[in-house]
Amino acid sequence: MAEMAANGQSPEVLFWVGCAGSFDERYKAVTQAFVKILNKVGVSFAVLGPEETCTGDPARRAGNEFLFQMQAVANIQVMNGYEVKKVVTACPHCFNTIKNEYPALGGNYEVIHHSQFLQQLINEGKVRLLGGGEFKGKKITFHDSCYLGRANNVYEAPREVIKALDVELVEMKRCRTKGLCCGAGGAQMFKEPEAGKKDINIERTEEALATGAQAIAVGCPFCLTMMTDGIKNKEKEAEVKVYDLAEMIAKDMGI
Amino acid sequence: MSILPQLAFVLILGAAGLILRKRILFLKRNILLGKDETRNDQPNERWKTMFLVAFGQQKMFKRIIPAFLHFLIYVGFLVINLEVLEFVLDGILGTHRLFAPLLGGAYTVAINIFEFLAVAVLVSCVAFLIRRNVMQVERFTKPEMKGWPAMDANLILVIEIILMFAILTMNATDQILASRGDEHYLALGPLFFSRILQPIFMGLSDGALVFIERFAWWFHIIGILAFAVYVTYSKHLHIFLAFPNTWYSNLKAKGEIQNMPEVTQEVNMMLGIPVENPSAPPAEIGRFGAKDVNDLSWINILNAYSCTECGRCTSECPANLTGKKLSPRKIMMDVRDRAEEVGKSIDAGGPGLEDGKSLLGDYISKEEINACTTCNACVEACPVNIDPLSIILQLRRYVAMEESGTPAQWNAMFQNMETSFSPWKFSPSDRFNWSEKVKEEEMK
Repeated sequence: MAEMAANGQSPEVLFWVGCAGSFDERYKAVTQAFVKILNKVGVSFAVLGPEETCTGDPARRAGNEFLFQMQAVANIQVMNGYEVKKVVTACPHCFNTIKNEYPALGGNYEVIHHSQFLQQLINEGKVRLLGGGEFKGKKITFHDSCYLGRANNVYEAPREVIKALDVELVEMKRCRTKGLCCGAGGAQMFKEPEAGKKDINIERTEEALATGAQAIAVGCPFCLTMMTDGIKNKEKEAEVKVYDLAEMIAKDMGI
Repeated sequence: MSILPQLAFVLILGAAGLILRKRILFLKRNILLGKDETRNDQPNERWKTMFLVAFGQQKMFKRIIPAFLHFLIYVGFLVINLEVLEFVLDGILGTHRLFAPLLGGAYTVAINIFEFLAVAVLVSCVAFLIRRNVMQVERFTKPEMKGWPAMDANLILVIEIILMFAILTMNATDQILASRGDEHYLALGPLFFSRILQPIFMGLSDGALVFIERFAWWFHIIGILAFAVYVTYSKHLHIFLAFPNTWYSNLKAKGEIQNMPEVTQEVNMMLGIPVENPSAPPAEIGRFGAKDVNDLSWINILNAYSCTECGRCTSECPANLTGKKLSPRKIMMDVRDRAEEVGKSIDAGGPGLEDGKSLLGDYISKEEINACTTCNACVEACPVNIDPLSIILQLRRYVAMEESGTPAQWNAMFQNMETSFSPWKFSPSDRFNWSEKVKEEEMK
């Protein structure tokens, strides 16, 4: 972003990578897949790179409002400095925070989740799917992320993206408004769960496995981790894969 | 005719009115223990939400069987209360079936509709008793339902069954007396439901029938007044509070957590950002987050009093489903019970909020609030738009900012965020490293 600004350019959209997208070994692949799609399509975009910091979502949800606002205000200053208008992100937590919580602190942007962005690109014919890729005809189930679904009522965009791959989309028993959390929201990603009889991601993984799907599609870094751990726990890594939507699209585009 | 029954009726009605007034003021004061919050924006959207969710029972229908049974009781409640108007007027004026001559044939139709609904309510209440006590539907058997809450639920159902029987008994005996030519009793057209009960009373003398008819009439009207008072002590308050509660729904995106402007001011000053009205004295900051009911918003407490303990929230809660202690229903019950306790103490001249107890600690534990994934399943599930998550987050704010009592792993996450601007301990300068692989591939 700094480079483009120095050259007097202003990109169409800022890709908010997020901490998982920047540091998590598994999720970096999602960032890379999404960037490859953007490059292939020729979208004018930028990233903040080292100028990006955590949105503050887990701090706010763990109760530390000071820390949240420190992060938020700093991010807003950076984004307002670059006169950012539109933000796309692959993380529903960043999506929710920037979209719904930054306006109260002076950050007003058009924010969309990468599932919505991908859907637009597919609808506009900019992403051309080869079809017949490794997903064709396979059974895929989609796990609704709380911060995309219930929190922001985005249920159809990720499903439209999956359907574009010419696959059989199968729904879990609890889906859309009734979707079961993966167990990582509300800062749970960063601590051990309280005592109980089961971990939430195991419950959700069992439900996903019950659909008989060969792949679980997700649109959130935390969900990806939780579902992947669940599949490992059930020793089903060989049969069932967990993918982010962007990875599936990039694979099908052959990039 | 003696004027005594009229006098007695007016006295009973007046007494019930006075008791109800006292109870309503008590509840209002308890709700207003909460902090001020203005939520009057988008009035059209608010009326629409109330119409759909409270009046139209929209969210109930996510579970079709209880929704249908509940709908019958709800319609019965609304419609049969029209008949109560006649009861009250008859009671005051000393008349009997005041509206019958005015409405003619339509009156018989109306009474038949009331009787149908009375039977529907009766059947539904029996079905609900079976669901609770025989089938033991899981959400009704959770730990927070032991004792009074279970008793309260059963009492409500039993009272409703008895009240419906009173209506049917009254109509059955009334029409036998009419058919025997008693001038005081008007012969209506056939009443299809109470007629079924008539054989039970056929053999009785006129005197006995008049006694039973009058007894049923008085029992029904006094029963309704007593029930109205009982409701103010019960989870059954939802029959009234569901309406204001849905009007005051949170209309924003569920994922948005309310901002704390008092923190914004300090953060801006720390970051050297110009603050609006810097010369104004800092606003009175009581406490960050919530420790007790008076730290919550009055809407949170209204939510608590609107809760009818159906447990749909708890049955959808991922933490509760996997055996953690958290139950969103219990959070609501705890807020209500604490508000009641404080209210009673204040009325008795006691210490009120200063009784050495608090919502957090004495009612709700950290273990419960820490288990929440903020997934909004409870908020989505609630048929009357109660928001347990808002309360959980305010309690967490108190723990984090006033007590520094968050779990150690969260404190570590806070530290990472403070020092490396990410919840994980990575160097901020490595944030762009992912791009190398993309560049490499695209160079090929």
